[in-house]
Amino acid sequence: MSASVLVLDNLCKRYGALAAVKDMTMAVEPGERLVLVGHNGAGKTTLFNMVLGLTRPSSGNLTVFGAPAGSLAAREATAFLPESVAFNGALSGTETLKFFARLRGEDVACVHGLLDRVGLADAGHKAVRTYSKGMRQRLGLAQALIGSPRLLVLDEPTSGLDPVSRKRFYDIVDSCAARGTTVLTSSHALTEMEAHADRIIIMRKGEMAADGTLQSLRQQTKLPTRIRVRAVSAEPVSQMTKELDGCRINGQAVEVVCAANRVSAHMKSIAAFGDAVADVEILPPGLDDIYLHFSARNDGDDLP
Amino acid sequence: MKPGRVATFAAHELRVAFRNRWVVTAIAVLTVFAGVLAFAGSAPTGSTAADPLTVLTVSLISLSVYIVPLLALLLAFDAFAGERERGTLSLLLTYPIERSEMVLGKFAGHSVILGCAIFIGFASAAGIVLLDGKADLAGASALLRLTVTATLLGMTFLAIGYVVSAVVRQATTAAALSVGLWLIAVVLFDLVLLSALVADDGGLFTRHIFPWLLVGNPADGFRLFNLASLPGDVAVAGGVTAGAAGPSPLVALVILVAWAGGALLFAIDRVRRIEP
Repeated sequence: MSASVLVLDNLCKRYGALAAVKDMTMAVEPGERLVLVGHNGAGKTTLFNMVLGLTRPSSGNLTVFGAPAGSLAAREATAFLPESVAFNGALSGTETLKFFARLRGEDVACVHGLLDRVGLADAGHKAVRTYSKGMRQRLGLAQALIGSPRLLVLDEPTSGLDPVSRKRFYDIVDSCAARGTTVLTSSHALTEMEAHADRIIIMRKGEMAADGTLQSLRQQTKLPTRIRVRAVSAEPVSQMTKELDGCRINGQAVEVVCAANRVSAHMKSIAAFGDAVADVEILPPGLDDIYLHFSARNDGDDLP
Repeated sequence: MKPGRVATFAAHELRVAFRNRWVVTAIAVLTVFAGVLAFAGSAPTGSTAADPLTVLTVSLISLSVYIVPLLALLLAFDAFAGERERGTLSLLLTYPIERSEMVLGKFAGHSVILGCAIFIGFASAAGIVLLDGKADLAGASALLRLTVTATLLGMTFLAIGYVVSAVVRQATTAAALSVGLWLIAVVLFDLVLLSALVADDGGLFTRHIFPWLLVGNPADGFRLFNLASLPGDVAVAGGVTAGAAGPSPLVALVILVAWAGGALLFAIDRVRRIEP
């Protein structure tokens, strides 16, 4: 038995000659919000399918809360929200959730609270075929929250959600994580994941290309930070451009590109301009940049 | 295995079938066909010595052989291939359930639908005949036996349909295969046997192999069992089964049950192998 939520030990999955997942070894701890990013075909879905017990590893070991992935004990602790989740359109949202609650052996009375939590309380009686994509996705989240699972697996969860629903979605997921649920998310929407990821794994051609917190990945990449300075008028801009060694991006603004540890030095020079500065923006490399850095490393020709 | 979860799956199937008008359709089809036979049944026989209820039973046996397997296959072909195609299966399979519970639950739900449709259809046909006043209730036990075994026949083809649905990826493929199976089991099989009988002209095949081939087919076994259990000398209009004098009707029934059980176990095995 292991205290870890998820333990991968030399995990491999091959489909014929194609290795979808190659020699992955890692452990995921309780309460971690782990985000998996990678290009299409990088092995995210295959990895998820193995965690969920939908497909068997070709070799290596995979345990969920100490039980083999796919075993009844592992599935009892795990909940899944598939990408573009599908339900039987003939049933209502309430009926659908009650069905899933019964399958989990939970009290069906919980479904009203869940519908309310995902903002579907008023649509519960309507047939699922009348739901928009966003509503179906929220019903999918409600389904995944039945019985407070200890591991939540979310596959591209926010595709098709509007910004308000997205925020609500992450609020709910984060509150689960705060109570100790481990959240495993795969996503293409990297920028919006930044605030909701304790740990990021970048996959490339079935292998782990990077593993760490946003900060540690940032340090590893040594990608530059951008500082944008906007002046109150056009006059001081050329002097700013010269002194800060930046480049002018329009009549009133200058952009400076520097290493992360040089930011404070630049800030001092910017402060010297005093009232001439209207606004300063500091833009550290985002998850997008970090992802591009790691996925393009070694060879850049494998990206679709 | 938990009976509660089997019941959950069964109730779910029933609910979906009600919503999709499947239940109504199945009942309507059987009631209309059985009703037509009840009205028409008395015309060709005229004033025979045979009891009208028994005449109806003979007609319903032939009807059941064709229509019940077809209805069952139509209910079953979508069970796994369709859910897989629509993407609802992978989510279900991540739930802490046994796949056998899902198969048995669907089987139970679909069996209830078929059983109800058969009962309502046959009961209304019997009602029409009894209203006429000339029938007596002596033939009722044969009709009751037919109702039960027709449901059993339907359950056999439900299980066969699940096997088809579990081994192919697309619902349309499953539908085509199911119709093909139906054609082979209830039409072509008899035609082939019949031509073999004619070619053999009373030889070894006719006396020893043919009777067993006949009961080996669930549809023919069903017909054989029900015709043999009719009172008196009514068992004439039995098509290819009429010439058989081999295994007892009870053997035919046992083989029918074995088909249902075997196909169901095979379906469970196939569903366990599904990787969505």
